Amino acid sequence: MTTVAVARPVERRKLPPQVRRRRFLMVVANYSFLIAVAIAFLAPIGFIALTSLMTTNQALSPELWPHPFRWSNYLDVFRTAPIWRWTLNTMMYSGLATLGLLLSSIPVAYALSRLRWRGREIAFMIVLVALMLPPQVSVVPLYATWSKFHPFGFHFVGTLWPVIIPNWLGDAFSIFLLRQFFLTIPEEYLDAARVDGCGELRILTTVVTRLAKPAIAAVALFSFLYTFNDFFLPLLYTNENPHNWPLQIGLSQFRSLHQVQWNLTMAATLLVMAPVVVLFFLAQKAFVEGVTLTGVKG
Amino acid sequence: MIDASAGAVSRPIARRRGRSRAAWRRRGLVLLLMGPWLAGFTIFFAYPIVWNAYLSFTHYNLLSPPKWIGLANYRYMLHDDPQMWPAVRNTLWLIAVLVPLQVVFALGVALMLARARAGVGVFRTIFYLPALAPPVAATLGFVYILNPATGPVNIILGHLGIHGPLWFQSPAWAKPSLVILGLWGIGNTMIIFLAAVLDVPRHLYESAELDGAGPFQRLRWVTLPTISPVILFSVVLGVIQALQYFTQAYVAANIASGQADQAGDTLNHLGYPLDSTLFYPVLIYQHGFAYFNMGYAAALAMVLLVVAFAVTLVIVLNSRRWVHYSGAVR
Repeated sequence: MTTVAVARPVERRKLPPQVRRRRFLMVVANYSFLIAVAIAFLAPIGFIALTSLMTTNQALSPELWPHPFRWSNYLDVFRTAPIWRWTLNTMMYSGLATLGLLLSSIPVAYALSRLRWRGREIAFMIVLVALMLPPQVSVVPLYATWSKFHPFGFHFVGTLWPVIIPNWLGDAFSIFLLRQFFLTIPEEYLDAARVDGCGELRILTTVVTRLAKPAIAAVALFSFLYTFNDFFLPLLYTNENPHNWPLQIGLSQFRSLHQVQWNLTMAATLLVMAPVVVLFFLAQKAFVEGVTLTGVKG
Repeated sequence: MIDASAGAVSRPIARRRGRSRAAWRRRGLVLLLMGPWLAGFTIFFAYPIVWNAYLSFTHYNLLSPPKWIGLANYRYMLHDDPQMWPAVRNTLWLIAVLVPLQVVFALGVALMLARARAGVGVFRTIFYLPALAPPVAATLGFVYILNPATGPVNIILGHLGIHGPLWFQSPAWAKPSLVILGLWGIGNTMIIFLAAVLDVPRHLYESAELDGAGPFQRLRWVTLPTISPVILFSVVLGVIQALQYFTQAYVAANIASGQADQAGDTLNHLGYPLDSTLFYPVLIYQHGFAYFNMGYAAALAMVLLVVAFAVTLVIVLNSRRWVHYSGAVR
């Protein structure tokens, strides 16, 4: 702080050669690290893919490269396990949960961001707490309640409904993400609508939802990912009933159904990873939107 | 809303009545909008937690009504359950080892990525994608890659003259194997750190440089202090995730044990090998949904609730620091 560096204009071109060399070496070290990590990150996928193309015996041998390439493994996966059934169950869970949480969370997020009322901050904090607490803290009584609850003889345990229905009554993460977005909508837009005689409900259903399309897309995307990957609660409720297994439960049981066929298991693994990767490349913009909105959500 | 006070001078009574009617309508609107969440919160959150507290003092197996047994569940938990302390230790191990490693690794990758000029997009995609992989699929893949006999990792280690460990088959290596799996999935944290690092104002670096700070001093005195709230948040979030760590442990134990003995019984798989992957949520699952010892599972869940709530409060009470979105109207 004492010496003033006024008389030293920063000239990047005339750096002394040692400094330039050191910078160059830093760049080389930097890229070596990045490339090494990239290889380490890609290698698992590579090994999984290679194994998925081996014959059953080859997959149990110390060979790393398949010969011949057995592409029909991917057909065998569908023949040996009810993949379509599991996919259908996952789609039902995903679709109904996502639709429900969008319809129920948008109004809540609006009330928490654009309306002023007493208790708003406390309500928002409760949403955050609900977002953070592990599902295990409430799972015992919920399971007990669902298992005792059979209207018209319909048993909820054994189906995915106990996992789907709570999403229809607001989802903490979606409320949080949407609220963050609603806060960024300039008040002038809403005021303009109010001057035109719009009530708050009309503003919500027309102006806000139209402006919030990117955030709604992000919520739908995250909801799809969450439900597609979800394991703990579906396991709890459908474990005893293979007919209602979603993909992840089916995949986790795949190897016990097919003993030591690592090649088929890896093919199934890759098939289950594929939709998520495809979705990522199709919807990168929505991803970026979501990650920056929730800022620090991991 | 602005003209309400102006009009109040001329027609006070009518105005006040009109205002209170408007206020009521407003309250009704808030209630209408908040309604679904209020119902959901009560049915699926508040009620189960209260009911869970009650069940933790009972013996309950779903078949007969809960029977009050006072503190017996808690006494058994503290003194007699042979798996309680291993489960607690395993979960603490996750918090002490997995969480810091994930944060440090994610930060390291983010710092390197922030310095790169070409190919940033490709690297970022490669580092981010594994985080999206379904946990079940990722775990399956790693159990195969790390399987002791024919897994690629041990084969390559063998070519290098190293006798690889038993990974998921060994009580000593099962948790480190899960750490490797966890490091593969740091994409989210890395992206957040990258954004934070790129957000550090340039002029801070420039003035540090003028003061003669080298790259490491700049990291220590400029980058780290500026992004410290983000780091803190990631640590706390990592702890919360460690507290509910279930899927990877369940699947890894299930697959690895099937390979060892090929018995079809799920129960013996939990915590395989030798309770080394028996984390606290796995213990809750075992008592609640394998033994249907719901009273005891509720008592275990109460302990988790208290711990998780304490950690959550750290985040929520500091929420203003990170929830605030730049440009937001408050």
